[in-house]
Formats: sequence, structure tokens, C-alpha cells
Amino acid sequence: MPNSTPNTTPDAQTPVLVKALHKSFGSQVVLHGIDLVVHRGETLAVLGQSGTGKSVLLKLIIGLEKPDTGSIEIAGRDIARLSRDELNGTRKKMGFLFQQGALYDSLTVGQNVGFPLARHTDLTDAQRRDRVRELLSKVGMEGDVDKMPSEISGGMQKRVGLARALALDPEIILFDEPTAGLDPITADEIDRLIADLKKQHQAASIVVTHDIHAVRACADRVVMLREGSVVLDGSVEDLEKSKDEFIARFLKTAA
Amino acid sequence: MPLYLSIIVLAIAAGGIAQPRGGDWYGAWKTFWRGAALPFMLFIEWVGELAIFCGRVARAAVSRPFEFRELLRQMDSIGAKSLPLVALAGAATGVVLSLQTRDSLARFGAKSLLPSVIIFSIIKESGPILTALVVSGRVAAGIGAELGSMKVTEQIDAMEASAVDPYKYLAATRVLACILMLPLLTAISDVCGILMGWVSATLADPISLRLFLNTGLNGVRFNDFLPPTFKTAVFGLIMGSVACFQGMRTVGGTAGVGRATTSSVVFSSLLIIVADVILVRLILVFFPG
Repeated sequence: MPNSTPNTTPDAQTPVLVKALHKSFGSQVVLHGIDLVVHRGETLAVLGQSGTGKSVLLKLIIGLEKPDTGSIEIAGRDIARLSRDELNGTRKKMGFLFQQGALYDSLTVGQNVGFPLARHTDLTDAQRRDRVRELLSKVGMEGDVDKMPSEISGGMQKRVGLARALALDPEIILFDEPTAGLDPITADEIDRLIADLKKQHQAASIVVTHDIHAVRACADRVVMLREGSVVLDGSVEDLEKSKDEFIARFLKTAA
Repeated sequence: MPLYLSIIVLAIAAGGIAQPRGGDWYGAWKTFWRGAALPFMLFIEWVGELAIFCGRVARAAVSRPFEFRELLRQMDSIGAKSLPLVALAGAATGVVLSLQTRDSLARFGAKSLLPSVIIFSIIKESGPILTALVVSGRVAAGIGAELGSMKVTEQIDAMEASAVDPYKYLAATRVLACILMLPLLTAISDVCGILMGWVSATLADPISLRLFLNTGLNGVRFNDFLPPTFKTAVFGLIMGSVACFQGMRTVGGTAGVGRATTSSVVFSSLLIIVADVILVRLILVFFPG
């Protein structure tokens, strides 16, 4: 069962453990001593205004950026101390849905989803095709396997990005603004997909968003960031009942 | 070095050192130093980063797993698709050389040397350098723009997040394809140039192809053909590395992609010309006529 309070005790079974994380770009401090933990089967929503370092936090967790100080442990191992091969081994257990989908625009939808499979599995071409169809049908895109990313809409690209993120059955899934810029119906579909994934895969998920509807739909726990620091770490109920002026204003504006 | 010299000249002009007001030589010197030192430091930093990038690409290129399928795709894109352009550029060079040298040689009564002059000029210098510059225009711009837009749309981050090394999959394959294809394209450009040189010569003063080639190739040795042709592999290394480097460090959205594209072509063309000076000297030392 997901915990409602953070427990930052080191544990090899804890998929994600972030301790005293600091990150700056030049003179701009983006993250200022972040602590958080995500348990298996738990969906953590990271809320905050634009520019508060939410996306940077995800990039730090998957090793695309390096922390200034502090540590990030994935399954008990500090990723800053891993060799390139070890880091890639860890990344194979993680899925990342980028804000704009980040599909490879020279490859078809099917090739995009099959890209990690072709490189990290021993599947035959036929097995890979079946797996790609299965993943695409999960996100309702099985009919678009041969289309190029430029031929499908932004919402569809995000769904394909989600299928690609799930290709290697990740234990940790990172979602960067999964519903940003989408119409309410497509956003609701994506929220439902994320909630379904939790039930099916029991993966630890981090959803970075400023969409309060997405939080209500799929989060077990919420972390609210303000100016690079955590101002709330608790359940969705804790968030809604918070007396903090900033959180109240955020919820009122977002509703 | 020429780049640095031009930077200094520009810095002097910008600093207004030529006319220090009130004899303020110290202030003028400070202005000059700020103007000259900053671009120089930026240039040194760029060279250092390029060297680190090349080292990382070289390591990625020799480590398993090899991306043969992507390498073949890039060889097709860089080599086969540049063929019409290179053939046309080579043919035009042959015609121009034939027209220009015919007139000059006629003045000295040495018209019989026309086939030799055309063939020697093409295989020793104009074929390799023109092919490199033409391909650089097409390929460096293409690589810079493609990798630049992949960078700003987070596709390169997505690749890295999927545990695929973009230095191997994107950069090493493109650099290797450039290295492998440039000598081949140069040989094709040379053939087209020589053939069109003959066509142009025979239209003015009929001569059979066999006689043209026999006269022109008389005295040509492999040392005249192989080193200049294979030096274009170095040009391929330069254009592939510079274009991948500029593309993969793109920042600043679509404007950044534009800057990456332009700088890929400008820097790779400049470096190719500078490298040509050094390579020609080395060829003369190691493969003397």
C-alpha cells in the first residue's frame, strides 16, 4: 500500500529515493534541497508552477542531468556513481514520457515503439511486431502503426510516447506534463491510461504536472514545489485541505 | 590560425585602437584585450569541446553493439543521394578547366598538354576539394539541421533515456558514413570531370577519348591519384564531426536550429580548406612526385 507520509530511509526495494537534492543553472537555483520517495505501485504527483524545476527533477532522476549536491537512488543505487553501462542498465528499467512525446520523426509510429525493443531485447522481427501492436492497442493507436509522427495529432503523439515508454515493462515510469496542451477529453483519456497502468504494471510512477484534475484522477500522493522547495508532501486530501495560502491559490486558479 | 588572425583584426577595428582619444593607450589596450581575448577564449573552448566530442564519438564507434543498419542508411543518405550533385559539380569543373586552360596553353604553344593539365588538375586538387565543399554544403547542413531539431524537441534526450547512446546511434554512424563516402564521391566526381573535360576539348578541337586519356594519363601514377582521393576521408571526418557537434549542442528552439545549420556549413567548409593546406603539404612530403 502506498504510504501517505514520506519515508526517506534507504531501502534497496524503494524504486526512487531522492535526498537533499540541489540543482542550479548558472546563478539560477532550480531545486533547493528536495527529499522525496516513491514506493512500488505508487503514483506520486509533483505539482507546481511553471519554472519550479519539475521537469528538471525528472531529468535528474533518469540521469539526463547531474545533481549539484544530494543523491538520487534508484533501487538502492546512487545513479551519480554509476558507470555509463550501469546507468544504461538502470534506464532500461525506467520509462519516460516527454512533454511533447519526443517521437523520433524519421521513424514510423511502429518503429518508434519498437526502437527500445530492437536494441535491448532478443525478440525476433515477428515477435517485436506483435509486441508493438500490443503496446499500441493499449493506448488505442493500433491502427496508426505505419504513420509518421507528423501525420498524427499532439495527443496521439503523447499516447505513442506512452506506448514507447512502456515497451520494456519499466519498474519506474516518469511522466512529464502528460496532459499539458491537450483538450479535456484527450487529457482525461491519458489520465485514465496512467491510472490503468498502475493497476496493470505495479510500477512506481512520478507524474509532473500543473493539472489538478490529473492529480485527482491518478495520484496516490502529492508533492507541491515552490521556488525549488517542497511545500507539501501528503495525500491528495492533504493537498485539498491545506491552509497554505500559496496552495489554496494554486488550487483555486487551477480548478 | 587564419580565423584567429581575422578575429584580432576585427577586435582591433571594434576596439577603436587606431585613434585613442587623449592618448589613453592603457584604456585602448584594455578595450583591445577585451575585444581580442574573449573571441579567442571562445574559440579555444569550442576546439576543446569539439575534441572531447570527437573522443566520445570515437569510443562509441568502436564499442559494441555496432549500428550497421543505421550506418548503411546514413551511407545511402550521405553518399548515394549526393551523387547527382557531385557528378554535376565534377562535370562543370571539367568543362571550365578545359575552356580556361585551352586558351592559356594555346598562348604558349602547349595545346598538346591540355589532356594532362585537365587530368592532373582534377585528380590532384580540384576534384577532391570541390567534392568536399559541395558535399559539405549539402550534408553538413542536413546533419546540423536534423540533429539540431532532434535536440530542441528532446528526441536526443528520449534516446538517451531509452538507454541508447546518441553518440553511437546518431553521431558515430554519420561521421563514419562521411569518412567512407567522401573518397568514393571524389572518384566519381573525378571521372565526370575528366569525361566532360574531354567533351569540351573535343568540341573545340576533335580528339578521340582514347587519345585524350592516353595523353593525359601518361605519367600519372597511383601516387598522383590515391593520396589526394583518400585525403577526402579526412574532409569527411571534419564535416561529419563538426556538423554532429554543432547539431547536438543546439540550444534556443528553431532559431538555434538555424544557427546550428549555418555554423555546421561555415565551420566545416573553413576547416576543410585549412586541413587541405596541411594535407597537401603532407602528401608532398610523404608521396613525392
